[in-house]
Amino acid sequence: MSTARRLQSGGLIDRSRRIRFKFNGKDYSGHPGDTLAAALLAQGVRRFGRSFKYHRPRGVVGAGAEEPNALVQVGEGALSTPNLRATQVELYEGLTARTVNGWPSLAFDVGAINNRLSRLLPAGFYYKTFMWPRSAWMRYEHHIRRAAGLGHAPSLPDTDHYDKRHAHCDVFIAGGGPAGLIAALGAARSGARVLLVDEQTQLGGTLLFAPVAIGGRTGLDWVSELEAELRSFPEVTILNRSTVTGYYDHNFLVVNERRTDHIGPGQASSKTTRERLWRIRAKQVVIATGAIERPLVFDGNDAPGVMLASAVSTYIRRFAVAPGRSGVVFTNNDSGYQAALDMVSAGMEVRAVVDIRENPGASVLAAVSACEIPVYRECVVSSVQSGFQGLKRIELAKLSPGGEDILSHKGLINCQVLAISGGWSPAVHLHSQSGGRPRYDSAKACFVPGSSVQAECSVGACGGSFTLAACLREGADAGISAAVQSGWPGGYVDVPAVKEFAQAPIQPLWEVPAGALSGNGVKKFLDFQNDTTAADIKLAAREGYRSIEHVKRYTALGFGTDQGKLGNINGLAILAKALGKSPDEVGTTTFRPNYTPVTFGTVAGRTLGEQLFDPVRKTAIHAWHVRRGASFENVGQWKRPWFYPRDGEDMHAAVNRECLAARNGVGVLDASTLGKIDIRGPDAARFLNLLYTNNWDNLQPGRCRYGFMLGEDGMIMDDGVTTCLAPGHYLMTTTTGGAATVLTWMERWLQTEWPELKVYLTSVTDQWSVMSVAGPYARTVLKAAGCDLDLDGDAFPFMSMQAGQVAGISARVSRISFSGELAFEISVDANQGLALWEAIMVAGRDYDITPYGTESMHVLRAEKGYVIVGQDTDGSVTPVDLGMDWIVSKKKDFIGRRSLSRSDTGRPNRKQLVGLKTEDPSRVLPEGAQLVNSRQEAQPVPMIGHVSSSYSSANLGRSIALALVKGGLSRMGGTIYAHLMDGSVVPATICEPVFFDPENQRTKS
Amino acid sequence: MNMAQPESRTSAHLREAQMLRIECPWCGERDQEEFQYGGEAHIVRPESPDTLTDEQWADYLFNRANTKGIHAEQWCHAAGCRRWFNVLRDTVSYAILTVYRPGEQPPGNIE
Ligand SMILES: [Zn+2]
Repeated sequence: MSTARRLQSGGLIDRSRRIRFKFNGKDYSGHPGDTLAAALLAQGVRRFGRSFKYHRPRGVVGAGAEEPNALVQVGEGALSTPNLRATQVELYEGLTARTVNGWPSLAFDVGAINNRLSRLLPAGFYYKTFMWPRSAWMRYEHHIRRAAGLGHAPSLPDTDHYDKRHAHCDVFIAGGGPAGLIAALGAARSGARVLLVDEQTQLGGTLLFAPVAIGGRTGLDWVSELEAELRSFPEVTILNRSTVTGYYDHNFLVVNERRTDHIGPGQASSKTTRERLWRIRAKQVVIATGAIERPLVFDGNDAPGVMLASAVSTYIRRFAVAPGRSGVVFTNNDSGYQAALDMVSAGMEVRAVVDIRENPGASVLAAVSACEIPVYRECVVSSVQSGFQGLKRIELAKLSPGGEDILSHKGLINCQVLAISGGWSPAVHLHSQSGGRPRYDSAKACFVPGSSVQAECSVGACGGSFTLAACLREGADAGISAAVQSGWPGGYVDVPAVKEFAQAPIQPLWEVPAGALSGNGVKKFLDFQNDTTAADIKLAAREGYRSIEHVKRYTALGFGTDQGKLGNINGLAILAKALGKSPDEVGTTTFRPNYTPVTFGTVAGRTLGEQLFDPVRKTAIHAWHVRRGASFENVGQWKRPWFYPRDGEDMHAAVNRECLAARNGVGVLDASTLGKIDIRGPDAARFLNLLYTNNWDNLQPGRCRYGFMLGEDGMIMDDGVTTCLAPGHYLMTTTTGGAATVLTWMERWLQTEWPELKVYLTSVTDQWSVMSVAGPYARTVLKAAGCDLDLDGDAFPFMSMQAGQVAGISARVSRISFSGELAFEISVDANQGLALWEAIMVAGRDYDITPYGTESMHVLRAEKGYVIVGQDTDGSVTPVDLGMDWIVSKKKDFIGRRSLSRSDTGRPNRKQLVGLKTEDPSRVLPEGAQLVNSRQEAQPVPMIGHVSSSYSSANLGRSIALALVKGGLSRMGGTIYAHLMDGSVVPATICEPVFFDPENQRTKS
Repeated sequence: MNMAQPESRTSAHLREAQMLRIECPWCGERDQEEFQYGGEAHIVRPESPDTLTDEQWADYLFNRANTKGIHAEQWCHAAGCRRWFNVLRDTVSYAILTVYRPGEQPPGNIE
């Protein structure tokens, strides 16, 4: 039975064309200009979903972004988008949509049983019922979420593209209604660069459905004229189908522009991105976002057929859809009467206007009386009766003078549509996001913008000015003044005349008393999407909730995709009354970005995947590693070879082979990723003395020294070897991940604390390729590679550097070792890096030279007890904790020194670095394993340490681990236990952290 | 100078959330994503740390004003000239009142 219908004439639709689409699997059609909601209403669809908690049937309430019920999933597969508002979805040929609420089907819904059990589902029912025990919540959650609906994320990767644009403007205008349009004109005529952003398909705002004349033209003609003039200015940009989703600091605004959703997937050229995220910096902002009509809160106000009065007018006048055959208006202000007149114009039978007030405005009264519509003053709709297809009739009742009670039952009125208006809430979202604090205006019964914190102003309805004349006047003034404040001379706009009648004041009634027919199951809905009722708010107040922010979270008021655009003000007013406060005292919840939901694609833009999300850094030798079949690991932004498996080898086998080669033959490691900082200046040594814990005064040119850098809190921050290249010239190496941080750290001290030091820093990380040739044959291989230096022990001692030629390439050769082997580190111009690497591989062929990766590097250094900053230290470890007191100078100040003698850093029982040998040598402890004192202890068991590094060592034929253990340095030889996730307990013996060659014979050989 | 440990690299998603406009004294006004925050300004490293009590050292090391209102703080133009400078910023409105170079004192007329 179709109760609604398309009108023969009128509306902003193109009747000459028909668009076919599917909704819940059924075929429908509409016209260009329609939204999905309008086309479905025109074909008699009244139910758009089931509600979240009680699974009551729900219809369309609004006509725009505020719509809480008609949520749809649009499109299929990879291009599917969940939770779109059918009131904002434009039709295109072949569109498919389905309701997101109502599993297993819209008509038969198991969740509806919740409606009958509703006494068991009060406010906070999740917390009360399901959160304890936790395991029960895990079990219920799946079913609740499924029954509750909301859309599904696409299961395939999004094939659309998204972009970001950055823009600067003088005057940014949010909203293309009458106030925003004339503001844009004022700013444009003043010469300003203007960005006008409007959410809808076409400009006009309320003029798209309001029957008004402006300066002798229809509202729409006036819009067309203005738009044509605006588009003639080269510095004016107009964004349609674009939502200002956020207003941030320093007049930074984010706009979501939807470019192709209205033409459907696959229709746009391949170069057109689906959406754009605009990042805009504005000198001045004019907010002209209008107001959102409030529902009235009465029993059964959620029945399909109960709609906002402005939505009824919109469907009739903009979309030429009569939403039913008969209608009633229920209002507390003059604006609701327009819906009665519009319903009459659509040929609907309007059976009553129910007005809470004693004295409606004379002009609106006269207008509806002329149509012979009865007006019931000081009356309310106290309940409704509805069936499978929605609203059937309303109960009319006389209100007591204070509005607290029903005086008398006045009968039932049959109607399919109830147009409700509880007044208007200015869309203060952007003002609030900008830092403003909305204040309550009791005469207008709404929150209006407070003082501006940033360079913004609100004009028209979003500023609480609800007449068209005020919108135009304020808009023109604001546009010109914003241009002037951004440095332009100012222009002139003739504010056109409009004919408006005086309005009688609104009379707020935040909650309508229940009627005689209501019975036990009274439900007056505030938040349709979350099924939050007036009773829920009052229950929260009785249970002790006072803050609107807490009540919101307890009752889920305003949690949905609509973010409480309809219900929040009613909810806070009801809370205020329950607490005996004014709405101003209760205040609003925080209006956070985004204004409407934004797709993840838009947020991500092109910052996707491994290449674009974060830069990837590769060494000059990378291609060789790839050819060799290396597995890579990420270290900071770098790709480093992790290990080089040969045919059939797993990681363990490859690492064992690489480690044995480095100890018994020769290995080579690409060490190019280490951070390298060139330090120059007469005060360079003085600066190094301040940065590092050890002494740098006596380091001669050609010599290298290892150092720890501490934070001022005394904790290890970075480490590395620094070489003196010449007097006043050093090359510092840092950890791979710490390079940028260390450079910034050093610059900061130089610039802010010690500007008198003459020291200059340059990052040279990318300029050098570095490879470490390590193992007993390292010297032999270097000689075979044509190194022109005398590499023998006395001529080239450990921890020294010489410049020379290797394979005909100019190189710095350093005798330093992180493996504990005889090792030479060769640094060459990065452009020569691959050539040198290949020359070394050729020279080492006879010795089976083995490239090794970071995993083997880790094993080799752990065998020697060398720490890795960030793995064996975690920001709470001092050099003393590592047993390395020798590196801490007693003779000079350095960053962090004073902290080493603080009571906590000096106490004996700190976590200290030790080695661990498991009793079962084949057992490798997991890194991160917690260590305790005994096999079995009463809970809670004191944790006395953790494993920081742990490996299987092929060279030692057993597992080894490094650990940080409380008082560990004094517990050598003791036993400690690791309790593992699988329940097993692994005993281990505490030992010195140096497992291999404790005398350092090899590095010096 | 503000010590303990320097901030780590800012990840991509955090860069999106930065929206101040900051005037580098050397390069001019740029978006916040070019800058790195450095905490409270005008904290001078003690000349002779050894002469300080633990409490005095901890005061230098850890205690900050946590100002509500106008706050003198350090910023670095990390993705520009790499230089550090000082900013007076209102921690309530996030308005930046002025910028000045290291070693300089804030202008006295700022309310
Ligand atoms: Zn700069």
